[in-house]
Amino acid sequence: MKDVVVVGAGPAGCSVAKELAEEGYDVVVYEKRQEIGAPKRCGEGLSSSAVDNLGLDIPEYCRMQSMDGALVYSPNGDSVRIHSDETVGWILERKTFDKWMAERAAKAGAKVRAKAKVVDLLPENRGVVVEIEGERKKVESRMVIAAGGVESLIAKKTEVKDQSDLEVVDSGYQYEMVNLDLKDENKLELYFGDEVAPRGYVWVFPKGENKANVGIGIAGDLDETAKHYLDRFIENNERFSKASIVEVNSGMIPVGGLLENMVADNFMAVGDAANQVNPIHGGGIREGIKAGQIASEVASRALEKDDTTKEELEIYNHMWWEERGKSLRKVEKLREVLEDLDDEDLNYLAKKLDGQDLMDFTQGKRLSKLGKLLLKRPKMIKSARKLL
Amino acid sequence: MSWEINRDRCLRCGGCVAVCPTQALELTENGVIVDEEKCIECGNCEKVCPVGAITVGDDE
Repeated sequence: MKDVVVVGAGPAGCSVAKELAEEGYDVVVYEKRQEIGAPKRCGEGLSSSAVDNLGLDIPEYCRMQSMDGALVYSPNGDSVRIHSDETVGWILERKTFDKWMAERAAKAGAKVRAKAKVVDLLPENRGVVVEIEGERKKVESRMVIAAGGVESLIAKKTEVKDQSDLEVVDSGYQYEMVNLDLKDENKLELYFGDEVAPRGYVWVFPKGENKANVGIGIAGDLDETAKHYLDRFIENNERFSKASIVEVNSGMIPVGGLLENMVADNFMAVGDAANQVNPIHGGGIREGIKAGQIASEVASRALEKDDTTKEELEIYNHMWWEERGKSLRKVEKLREVLEDLDDEDLNYLAKKLDGQDLMDFTQGKRLSKLGKLLLKRPKMIKSARKLL
Repeated sequence: MSWEINRDRCLRCGGCVAVCPTQALELTENGVIVDEEKCIECGNCEKVCPVGAITVGDDE
């Protein structure tokens, strides 16, 4: 019998697998795709503070371009320029980054298997049924950790997740483009407004040498598709006229619906499978890896005590909510307020806020500043109070 | 029961699977498949599909 089966070899799954393998536990990670990290469903940005906080020593070959700030555009075309003299983040290559994460897990002693699809849980979550090359087999384990992404059916098979609420998912679509005319190859470009991206934004994340991920995330319940909005944005921008598309990506982004409970008997969920995503920018790499680290600590203790009941694993809920959940909940509130803003409000805010403000807001910090500004807009008073 | 997918448009991202309330959808090697017994034609998958590959119901 294995100690732990991890379902999904993305950053969250590989993070928890590496830590547990290092503790000496017998861990296997199953990944349904034939290639770990591909095709990506991600803009590939990761902040330097996240890298430091997670203790990651990301190899050069996974880091495509360093970022020193962002250009944030309001609906009328005004922009806020965020600039730092230091590197504030990286655009990664998920294809190599995810494989590197898997390699770390494997080197720590975990067994990783691509093109292995977990189709069911065994009774009491004591293992899984996995399908490899058309053959189904039972793999027994002391516990199962679901890290299968936003569409994780394994998490839905337990009491942990039952999500079908379109209010808290964004629909994402992206082109990786080359031969682009970039405004600044070390800055993210973000475009807001109802015309451009209702309840979301368009991003241009430079990957070096005039390459970039050009993508969009919009509300999941709109009449038009994400593709429709992104294609229109690109058509209306002369500087894309010479660009070519070398990759097409799509996916769903959880932007809320944080789970109070992420465990069951002998079962935990991490990463997108547990909606652990920053609700304002949709970034999930940091959250997934962090949750993996927290989950591994709790799982390790539970396995050692030979008590992997729900009650014991609930420590993970407490620890995660304390460390990440509370601030992400604030960010979720910010997202709700932003949804109430119309283009005029956004234009007004662009004039009043600077780069540091925006950086702080995305981490749930100093939101009262935004609240106070919104109090000056009569129809926004109700929303403003949510932030004060 | 009317659930159709345009396989030329589908990018196999599994977004529809994520929002299905009855777990009627599954992402397989050959793309998304539906379990007609489970599908309640709520239209969630059609709405969130980033590329408009899914049509549910008789309205089109």
